[in-house]
Parts: sequence; structure tokens; C-alpha cells
Amino acid sequence: MPDGAYNYAYLDEQTKRMIRRAILKAVAVPGYQVPFGGREMPLPYGWGTGGIQVTAAIIGRDDTLKVIDQGADDTTNAVSIRRFFARVADVATTTRTEEATVIQTRHRVPETPLKEGQILVFQVPIPEPLRMLEPRETETRTLHALSEYGVMQVSLYESIARHGRIAKTYNYPVLVNGRYMMSPSPIPKFDNPKLDRNPALQLYGAGREKRIYAVPPYTPVKSLDFDDHPFEIERWTECCALCGSRESFLDEMIVDDEGKRLYVCSDTDYCQERQGAQAQGKEAP
Amino acid sequence: MTDIAPGLADPAHDSQRLFRAILEAFSHPGRIVTLPEAPTGVVPLSHAATAFVLTLVDRDTPLWLEPAFDVPAVRDFVRFHTGARIAMREADALFAVVTPGRTPLLDGFAIGTDPYPDRSATLVIEVPTLTSGETRTIRGPGIKTRAEISIAGVPASFWAEWAANHALFPCGVDVVFTSGASLLALPRSIVVEA
Amino acid sequence: MYVAVKGGETAIEHSLELLADRRRGDRDVPELSLRQIDEQLALAVDRVMTEGSCYDRELAALAIKQARGDLVEAIFLLRAYRTTLPRFGDTLPIDTARMVAERRISSTFKDVPGGQVLGPTFDYTHRLLDFALMANGEHPAAPTAPVDTTNDLPRVGDILEREGMLEPPPSAENDAPAQDITRTPLTLPASRPVRLQNLARGDEGFLLALAYSTQRGYGNNHPFVGEIRFGAVPVSFVPEELGFAIEIAEIDVTECDMVNQFAGSHDVPPQFTRGYGLAFGHAERKAMSMALVDRSLRAGELSENATAPAQDEEFVLAHSDSVEASGFVQHLKLPHYVDFQSELVVVRTLRAEVEARLQQAAE
Repeated sequence: MPDGAYNYAYLDEQTKRMIRRAILKAVAVPGYQVPFGGREMPLPYGWGTGGIQVTAAIIGRDDTLKVIDQGADDTTNAVSIRRFFARVADVATTTRTEEATVIQTRHRVPETPLKEGQILVFQVPIPEPLRMLEPRETETRTLHALSEYGVMQVSLYESIARHGRIAKTYNYPVLVNGRYMMSPSPIPKFDNPKLDRNPALQLYGAGREKRIYAVPPYTPVKSLDFDDHPFEIERWTECCALCGSRESFLDEMIVDDEGKRLYVCSDTDYCQERQGAQAQGKEAP
Repeated sequence: MTDIAPGLADPAHDSQRLFRAILEAFSHPGRIVTLPEAPTGVVPLSHAATAFVLTLVDRDTPLWLEPAFDVPAVRDFVRFHTGARIAMREADALFAVVTPGRTPLLDGFAIGTDPYPDRSATLVIEVPTLTSGETRTIRGPGIKTRAEISIAGVPASFWAEWAANHALFPCGVDVVFTSGASLLALPRSIVVEA
Repeated sequence: MYVAVKGGETAIEHSLELLADRRRGDRDVPELSLRQIDEQLALAVDRVMTEGSCYDRELAALAIKQARGDLVEAIFLLRAYRTTLPRFGDTLPIDTARMVAERRISSTFKDVPGGQVLGPTFDYTHRLLDFALMANGEHPAAPTAPVDTTNDLPRVGDILEREGMLEPPPSAENDAPAQDITRTPLTLPASRPVRLQNLARGDEGFLLALAYSTQRGYGNNHPFVGEIRFGAVPVSFVPEELGFAIEIAEIDVTECDMVNQFAGSHDVPPQFTRGYGLAFGHAERKAMSMALVDRSLRAGELSENATAPAQDEEFVLAHSDSVEASGFVQHLKLPHYVDFQSELVVVRTLRAEVEARLQQAAE
């Protein structure tokens, strides 16, 4: 039941309108970081306040919400955020990617392909893809205005010169619809191809930095690379110990004092769906 | 003082549902979205234009009304339900309600700046229908390959204006066409082919 | 083993219960009342109100109690409450010349109109632990001189200004109401009202360190304490339906006017310049730090060479907020194992490649 002492979905209507206007601008200018009057939320900065504000501005009683952190529905911060919305927005929650209308995520894109009509809300710590190369907002804003992204190309090229390959593994920069360079948030680059022409709407919220940006459905999202060093994703020689998947992103766990490793899917819903299907397969006559 | 038409019956939930419909329209440019439980509206505004204003406009967003809509009933309605200032000049407005008869249609509104393209206006253009006009093909973010629109009542000169608006990208205005309880969005990112 | 990362929901519930239990501590020790915190930890309440941007002693005391005395956490609690409050409008600017001052000192003149009033201050205490407090001994009430509430207390700065020795207060860019930084995002370069709001909410420790750095050569601005005053000022509001101002409250504030040397330039004769600090309650360290940093951030406007951290507007404004800083530093406690896994994969690959190369070279 919603908590009567607070507004529906926590934010007051004026704040929701302000965020909604920012979201529409973000959709109209894909990949551009729209400044918004981010509010202080009852959860700490850096723990998903941007994603929470975006979700609070879009969510309604007809929605089914899924929250994941590191791909899992049952990690503590995902649990905490899901409980927050169940409490203040009276909303149905699910762990199943297929059933969700709104999915708030930190650090992963679900393995199960998303559908048109679903909204994926990313929690973003540092929205500016150039921030670690140029700490000044005044500078990076000019670089975006001029579409001047050479500094990132140089940085990636230096990585190739040093390591023989692009060693950047997460928060791997992308170009949205051929115009804005965008941080995909700290998802592993494994997930970058899922952003490209995805049928779902992607909304990105950065609370502390007070920015919202978006990728509309079916929008081209290209991971930066070079002709002679094309973009590539992580691969494992192992498969998931629980469902046997060779296609999903695997978490590595140390299971004994000798350092023995076990690999399992980071996406818990995907893994459980596969285990369920396999169990059914065995039971079938 | 005239009677003011009612606004949203259940503001928190109605505006949420309306916003999601508007967001669907912006996410899928060219798609005709019929608003759920749109408010009755205030003559001469359509239900969809009324709903759009009630959902997004407030005291922080000056609204410009074309003279056809700048009547006491609308002014009182907007002031009472949203608290928005009625902008005296197009350039001061963040939202505007206009007719397709205005020429040039997009002139004078804020288009943002290269560093801040979001500082731009959104125009609601009231049209007779969204289905019986000349068919045009559009493409861009939100559209899988290509889509078709058939907006009625828009002069041919508008499409040249639109091409110029799109060429300003990332600057430019965003447009929402409204008719009855339905709307269709054309964000500045969209190319109208023919 | 895999089960260990599950059960987050139960773990959180237990953690909350444990926290509530630790907060209360030994049940044989009487529970603190909010009045006790307000009266006896008054300076903690002042700091939480200042950086929490919310003048409410009782709520600040509650936040301190709930946060177990962690003031940054208490500031966060008060801010998260404040942000949900509806806005009725803006009060008129307070006039500190109308302050009923409990303390007022100037280091620029031996005597000033209205006099030097030492008031309650740690300044001349010997920092010796007072073991009498351990014994819970009651302290007799202090003798108080009658406070002059009839006359305004002229500001030292105004006196210097009349002589042309001190610049007039840098005015806001225009008469428009100052932008509320808790409602609109920061854009750079920032106006002075925006900077001052940011500094008023800024972490005292951060501002203190920056202010200190200006005294050690990182952007020296040759400061003198023009004046520090502490006391109660009235707060007035003009309700739209009335059309005239009514007094709605009285609040305690600490104000600091720094007077700084300015060499002058081709067109401007040498003159003293200002730095300004204001805090809720009694908070001199905060108000002075704020005033020094305010003056540093005016380097650009006064055509000074801006080379030091305290003169760098973007650096200062982006990192002053304790709630933002604390949240982001502590978010490193959240799981990052997906990103770490990505790093493991690539570092293993790179190491294997280097080892293969070394092997090849050796053969």
C-alpha cells in the first residue's frame, strides 16, 4: 500500500512535470544530456537517485516494475529500490523481464530481448562520456556542441598503442544516431550491442549530476572503434554452471579457499527461465 | 468571470497516464496516439491539446497562444489549472498552441543553442484530422525503417519549414499535431522525405 | 555459496533493526530528548540547519538523533525532507543591520559604532577538559547586559563604503529573483547569488580547507575581518492577498563581512573588496570560510589571475556539497562485480598476450 504521508511516487506533481518535460527533450535530441532540477531523494546520491527520479516521473498503477542491479533482482540495492516503489507508488513488481513495463537497472541490460512498449531506465553515475578526459563541464559542453570527439578517439587509440587492443571494458562510449557521444552508464561493453536499434525506449537518469538523456526505440547506437580494430565484446571459455548458457554475461565466483572458480549468469531472471525450461524438457515424455 | 472548465479529475494519476501516451508519441514519431480519458477540454482547444497543456505546462513554462486561442475562456483555464504565464512574444514561450494557418508556422520560437539545445519551444498544432491529409514518408529516431503520416490542413510551405528546422539539429522546435483526442509527435530529429 | 548473494530483502530488514537498536544504545541510559539536543548540542543543530538549508531546530535535532550524531547524515535527512515541502513564495531579504546582536566583533577598527561585543565564544577559552561537566554540575546563569533592541547596528562595511574605501556590495546581475539552486540545475559560469547559495549549503570542512589554502598562498586575497555578528533577525513575507510585508519569524544567523585588499587596475583606483558569509545559528568558522571562498571566486570578475583551487568556480561549486560527495564516495560499497568481471576478462587476456610475447622472445 502507498504511504499516505507522501505524494504518489514520492515526487510532487510540479517536480514530475519538470522531469517529464526533460524526458521529452531527451527523446527529441537522442543522446544529448538534458539538465534537470534533480531533487534530493531519500536514497543517497550515487545509489540510483537519477534512475529513481525518472522512474517516479513515468510510473503509474498500470505498470509492472522490475529492478535489477548487476543483472540480479535480489541484490540489496535492487531490493531497496523495488521496495521503495512498491511502498510509494502502489505498483506491481516482477522479476521477469518479459512481464515488466518499466525496468530500472544498474550496470546491465537484460539478456532477454526487450519489446516495443517497454522502458529501460538506467541509473547513471557520470553522464558525461568525456569527463575522465576533460573534467570541466564548460569544456565538454562545448565539445558536444561542436561534435568534437577527437579526444576520445585519441584515448582509444592510445589504448591500442599500449595494449594492442582497446582495453576499455565498461562504460564504453557510443555514438547515438551519428551525432551525440553518450555514456551507456557502466554497463559492460558486452551489453553495448543491445542498445543498438533496441525496440524499447531507453531513459538514462543521473541524479547527482542532474542530467537526463534518452535513446528512442530503433535508434542506431554505435560503439566507437577503428576500421582495423573493430569493437568486440567479452567472451568466456566457460558456460553458466546453473543453466549452461554460453551466450550470457557470466559472473565469476570464488567458491573455496584454493580459489576454485564457478561461473553463473549475471542475469538471474534469464538463468532461472532457462533452468525452468530445461527442467520441463526433462519431465516431458 | 466565466465558469472555468474542469481540469484533470485525478491529477496525479491522470497526468501520469496522459504523459505516458505523450511519451509514446514522442518515442514513435508519426504514430497516432489516442489519449486515455482526455479531459473535455476548453473551447476552442481540442481534447488532446487541453490534455497536453494540463500534463506539461505550469508556472515554470510560459505558454504562447495564437490569437485564435487567446480568448478569456482559455486564458482563465490555463491560469487556473496550470498557473502558467501567457507569453506576450513567441520567443519567450516554452510551449505554444497554434493553428496550421499561421505562416510561417515555426517562426519566432526558441530553438535552443548548440550547447543547450533543450532551451527550445514545443508547439502544439491543432489540425482538422491526423489521417486525411497528403501522405508523407518520415524517418529518424523512434522509427524502425520508415513511417507515413497524413496530417490534414497543413500548408505545403510547412514541410520546407520543417526541413529547415531539422537542419538546425540539435537545435530546433518539436511539434505535436493534435486533433480530437489524438495526437502525433514530430520531434526535431525527424526527416520528412516527401 | 551462490545462495549468499540472495536474500537481500531479509538482510536489509535485519540491518535496519540492528541500526535502530544501536541507535538507542544501552536501554539503562535515558533516551535523549529533542529539546536536550536543541539546547545542549545547539551548534550541531545550527550546522545541520545551515547545510540542510532548512531553519527548523526541532527537525534538525530529530535528524541528529536519528543519525546517531553523524552530522553529514543528519544534513541528508533534513534535505530529503525539505525537498518534499511545498513552496509558498520567497521571503524578503533579511536585514542584518536590524540584528539584535549577541556578539559582534570587528578586527579592522579598535572601536566601532555599536561597540565590540564579545558574547559567547570559544575564542578565549583554554581548551582544557572541564571535568566539572562530567559530574553533571549545574552552571549558574551568566550575567547578561541589557541588549539594545531599539537602534539599528550599523555594519562596519557600510561605514567604509561611504568613504569610498570599500566597494559597494557586488549587485546581482539584475533584479530578477535569485535562481533557487535546489530547483534548477547549476549552469556555469554561475551568478554570485548561485555561488553564495552553493557555499551556504557547502560542507564546512571543505570550505574551511579551501579558505585555509588561500591563506597559504593558493590564491591569496589579503583578508581582514570587517565584521562578524551573531544574533536574531526578523524574517518578513509579503502575502499576495495582503500586498504588504508581515513579520513571520525570527531566526538566528551569523554574518561575516571580509574586507580584502585590491590593488586596483588601470581604470579602478585601489580599493578594498568584499567577501561575504552567512550561516544559520552560530557558525563563525563556516561563515568566515564562506566569506574567504566567496572572495576567491570573484577573481575573474576582479581581473585577478585565477590559478588556485579556491579560485576555480567549477571545481569549488561541483565538489562543495557533502550530501552529493558522501553519496558518491560511499556508492563504491555497492556491488560492482559486473564491471570488475569485465576488467578481469580483459586483464587476463592482456597478461596472456604479454606472457606469450615474452615466451616467444625467450625461445
